[in-house]
Amino acid sequence: MDFNEYKGVWVFIEQKDGEVAPVSLELLGAGRKLADKRGVELAGILIGEHVKSLTKTVFEYGADTVYVYDQPLFKHYRTETYMKALLECSDKYKPEIILYGATSTGKDLASAVATDLPTGLTADTTELDVEEETGLLLASRPAFGGNIMATILCKKYRPQMATVRAKVIKALPPEVGRIGKVVEETVSLKEEDIRTKVLEIVKETVKKVRIDEADIVVAGGKGLGSYEGFQLIHHLAETLGGAVGASRDVVEAGWIDHPHQVGQTGVTVTPKIYFAIGISGAIQHIVGMKNAGLIIAINKDKEAPIFQNCHYGIVGDAFEIVPVLIEQFKQALSSDKVMK
Amino acid sequence: MFHIVACIKQVPDTKIIKMNPKTNTMDRRTAPAILNPYDAHAVEEAVRLKQRYGGTVSVVTMGPPPAVSAIKKCIEIGADEGYLITDRRFAGADTLATSYAVTKAIEKIAKTRPVDLIICGKMSIDGDTGQVGPGIARRLDIPPLTSVNKVVEINLEERYAVVHRKLEDGYEVVQSTLPCLFSVEKTINDVPYSPMPNMLKAARYKPHIWSVDDLEDVDIKQLGLKGSPTIVSKVWAPQKLAGGTFLEGNPAAQVEQLLQILLEKKELFESKEGM
Repeated sequence: MDFNEYKGVWVFIEQKDGEVAPVSLELLGAGRKLADKRGVELAGILIGEHVKSLTKTVFEYGADTVYVYDQPLFKHYRTETYMKALLECSDKYKPEIILYGATSTGKDLASAVATDLPTGLTADTTELDVEEETGLLLASRPAFGGNIMATILCKKYRPQMATVRAKVIKALPPEVGRIGKVVEETVSLKEEDIRTKVLEIVKETVKKVRIDEADIVVAGGKGLGSYEGFQLIHHLAETLGGAVGASRDVVEAGWIDHPHQVGQTGVTVTPKIYFAIGISGAIQHIVGMKNAGLIIAINKDKEAPIFQNCHYGIVGDAFEIVPVLIEQFKQALSSDKVMK
Repeated sequence: MFHIVACIKQVPDTKIIKMNPKTNTMDRRTAPAILNPYDAHAVEEAVRLKQRYGGTVSVVTMGPPPAVSAIKKCIEIGADEGYLITDRRFAGADTLATSYAVTKAIEKIAKTRPVDLIICGKMSIDGDTGQVGPGIARRLDIPPLTSVNKVVEINLEERYAVVHRKLEDGYEVVQSTLPCLFSVEKTINDVPYSPMPNMLKAARYKPHIWSVDDLEDVDIKQLGLKGSPTIVSKVWAPQKLAGGTFLEGNPAAQVEQLLQILLEKKELFESKEGM
């Protein structure tokens, strides 16, 4: 394999309902830094139906080139069709790095593409860097249930690929009017040769908790002892108008559903205030909340790692502290002290 | 006859695992080995499909010899046959090399009994990647359907399956030809306690155990560490934020300080007007 043939950093641009997924915009920011460090182009690869107009956004967020596959075949995401486009494009233009959002679509696509190329794929990356000289991608992620961080390399294959968590990297501010080169491509695939069909897309009608969009997240952990104890978290969240978060243990214990799980295998949140109550603070949890504006930890165990990862810590029993907190906040809010 | 193969993994219970703070390495001995929880749902779904449509459920895993106990757990859930591929030459495999080895085992299993459906858990709790399932599907050239949280229909005469795939804001109904591969969400089912006859059967059950030499057409270069494009170059303790300031005093005093801090940062509450 001649590594000199491989040049440039690519970002798979995920889109839905006429919009670019936020994680793809974040990855353009990350990709821009890698490309600049290497002195190469940053390209987006955009696949879908009626998606050409989205190239404008992709340029504004940092891409120099966009490879576009705009065909009815790509109306819905299907592994078989999207994979074919990516494989053909990668084969033709030979990027040295391809980044995907660690969404269900991004992970599905990247796993399939990696197998066919074949090449290495690092999952759920939370930090990215590149060696300026060699172009070696340094993809770091929590490993072994989040107990340690590991940097993963792919030394002998190209392109190097990684899926990257949403919200761990900030998107660049868009540069309005920034333009680049559009390269239109097509794949020769007939609908009747494709083995999967999307029969229907059902949007959940109930408004789901979007803890990733909340300004205040109150999260609870196993330290609350029981399902009943966990209700304290709901009370505080309600008082503050915040969303309820939880550690993995709590979700696995069935005290609350998975959409509330903060961390590596859950959701990454970036609220203005994050309360971690009865959460010990495994790195897997920390990576999901470390970008919060203000982190307040309450835990009985003074040695709990969460206290190394917060702005303010209270060592104490949540069942003594939180009720006082709720009471005081109610008073403060009703007297408008907080608002004005 | 309907034949489902479930791919499973024995994993250390990462919730219990202890770290050696001096060397920054895991002490695996501290963690009990368990059947990967996502895979328990995969096996349970396979058993439910067997009950619905008839057929056989085989489970396959790659791992060290003690992984036999994970297979026995699957027999308890209701699987019929278990296959362990175990060999030093598999050691150090990343997801690409793992999908290669497991595919070779499935190909061998399929020689005696053709496979209609493969089911995997969404991911393992130690690797957390979710890449092996789609990798196996690509190697067998069958469609991968990830994030499956409901199986609507399997039509064995017309050779298709219909499933719900979970999306960020709902789900999609997808039809695929058979054979295909599902990787399933935990929400697809509940794994009940195993019935006593299954537990007795599991206790007596001896899985098929294969080494590399028992598999066919294997390219040794694609196995284990040698066949793994990704390598771990550096392991370190997670980066910490600045250690927090501890608030002092009794609960009332601590809360009072916290309130003051939040009041001083009132921009934090700006968007909460009208709360």
